[in-house]
Amino acid sequence: MDIHEYQAKELLARHGVHVPRGGLAYSPEQATYRASEIGGGKWVVKAQIHSGARGKAGGIRICSSDQEVSDAAEAMLGRKLVTNQTGPRGKLVSRLYVEETVDIGQEIYLAFVLDRKAERVMIVASASGGMEIEEIAEKQPASIIRATVDPGAGMQHYQAREIAFGLGLENNLIGKATETLLGCYRVFRDYDASMLEINPLVVTRDGNLMALDAKMSFDENALFRRPQISELRDKSQEDPRETFASDRGLSYVGLDGNIGCIINGAGLAMATMDMIKIAGGEPANFLDIGGGASPERVAKSFRAVLGDKNVKTILVNIFAGINRCDWVAEGVVKAIREVGVNVPLVVRLAGTKVEEGRRILADSGEAVIVADTLAEAADKAVAAWRSATMKKAG
Amino acid sequence: MAILLNRDTRAIVQGFTGKIGSFHAEDMKRYGTKLVGGVTPGRGGQTHLGLPVFNTVKSAVRETGADASIVFVPPPFAADSIMEAADAGIKFCVCITDGIPSQDMMRVKRYMRRYRFEDRMRLIGPNCAGIITPGQALMGIMPGSIYLPGRVGIVGRSGTLGYEAASQMKALGIGVSTSVGIGGDPINGSSFKDILEMFEQDDDTDAVVMIGEIGGPQEAEAALWARDNMRKPLIAYIAGLSAPKGRRMGHAGAIISAFGESAQEKVEILKEAGVVIVPTPASFGEIVAGVIADRTKAA
Repeated sequence: MDIHEYQAKELLARHGVHVPRGGLAYSPEQATYRASEIGGGKWVVKAQIHSGARGKAGGIRICSSDQEVSDAAEAMLGRKLVTNQTGPRGKLVSRLYVEETVDIGQEIYLAFVLDRKAERVMIVASASGGMEIEEIAEKQPASIIRATVDPGAGMQHYQAREIAFGLGLENNLIGKATETLLGCYRVFRDYDASMLEINPLVVTRDGNLMALDAKMSFDENALFRRPQISELRDKSQEDPRETFASDRGLSYVGLDGNIGCIINGAGLAMATMDMIKIAGGEPANFLDIGGGASPERVAKSFRAVLGDKNVKTILVNIFAGINRCDWVAEGVVKAIREVGVNVPLVVRLAGTKVEEGRRILADSGEAVIVADTLAEAADKAVAAWRSATMKKAG
Repeated sequence: MAILLNRDTRAIVQGFTGKIGSFHAEDMKRYGTKLVGGVTPGRGGQTHLGLPVFNTVKSAVRETGADASIVFVPPPFAADSIMEAADAGIKFCVCITDGIPSQDMMRVKRYMRRYRFEDRMRLIGPNCAGIITPGQALMGIMPGSIYLPGRVGIVGRSGTLGYEAASQMKALGIGVSTSVGIGGDPINGSSFKDILEMFEQDDDTDAVVMIGEIGGPQEAEAALWARDNMRKPLIAYIAGLSAPKGRRMGHAGAIISAFGESAQEKVEILKEAGVVIVPTPASFGEIVAGVIADRTKAA
């Protein structure tokens, strides 16, 4: 789960990381009020969306008067911002963060991530801040400092000091940098973060160390014990199709194709989507219906998939283990009748009691295209989608 | 004797008296697994499914001589249960639980290293379908009927995709020595490489099918290890060809976040290491059959 920049900064500030003074605004009036609260004659107005690369997309503006702050807010609020990370649909700007400007002496890149190879929290830092980490890795690979934290002992002061000296910071900044690094680690650990990126962390001309931007993601498996983090969820930043599904306990990822997928198991779901692509189609979504595949979950899945108006064909692929095929087939028939499926439907069942399952589908009298194998299912789904699309065109 | 599990393995169930634990305990017993008891704190002294219930793993090990354990404990408490098993002298643990926080798994992995290598518990999972040695024993949630006993090892992250592979093989009369699910989480007990090492040493396994997916470094690591150390044929499939970067595809670990983690990149790395690639998820059976035929001809 991602949170906004201003939320991440609040968390960090509470743990000893310095951030510029700023305030949240939902309207141009609030934005100018925030600017006057902060004082001075220069501010940054920043669109709060769950994406990086906002600057290039016009989501960050430097303003030198009330009027400019108001104009910037007017221009951003209520609009969708398309960055190179949001996809073509973009993300809605409904909150702004107004901040004081800072005189930048040096920019540093700092991130805490879960390193899957070391199976530990890894700190990544570079004196070449401001650039994306991929760019730093390509242009200044030697500037990247890495350290991992022993989960039994936690991050040690010496590790923070090593990083601070490694970044080439002046002696008078080492204490501040150590405090910042250890503060970041505590936030990461105490709130079950999966990623924390401060880019840039700046050395100001008056000798301070400040997080100018902050991006954080959290481990969804740990949200049960982090209610403070769950509260920060902003559904307006999510694909509405995914919100609908996740509110119903389904694992769904929206894509741009036309063949809706309902599958049990994440690996089989990915494999089925790949098979659709190989057969010449494009999947509209990833959907893992989960272990049970009860009639209720099947019906919910149909609703989630049909909520996407681009879906022109549905492919159901269930490999039944614990859940038997006859039970799954009953769920499919029930869902067709309850939800009303008005696009071609291909169903492939395999595993426990597969014969009974197929018989239930055949006897239902519903227009279900039955497939025996994965390859056949993908071929039939793509053929059904093609003929449905052609009919419409003709 | 296949790997990790056979008909003599003495297993207990942690989270024994719960609905899910009970259901699968019965299923495993029916398959032939030597279940010797279970653990549910507070229910010690009772009998469940005809087997003794214990309050702690230590007492279960002492009373039953159990050497293996399967964990069905809910996510908030599962890491604790794995550490309890490790400390009680369990040698092999399968964790089925889906949804354990990553930091809990980091702690589990660190904790397990406090034991000498030869005393250290072998963990597979979490978030996996378990393990089956067809015809002998099952510690997991997979349907036993889709596996034919045989001489091909399977190791994969995904449960149902593993079923797909096994059933395609069964349709062509190809059997399985042991099938191991290592799970879909970013931090897991055993990696692909760990399991490949065991299959390479196993006299009952002639070839291995590895079923990977997008995200993480383990498939690439396994490819390099196999190139330098494996004499048995390795056959691999990687799911997620159609997955976009930065989106988590169901499994907590199935997200492309670094170079080398996309399906295409992993397939390239595997190919370069001389691994036989299964090009589509519909061709597991046919590719494995081809490899076995070549091997028979060569011999």
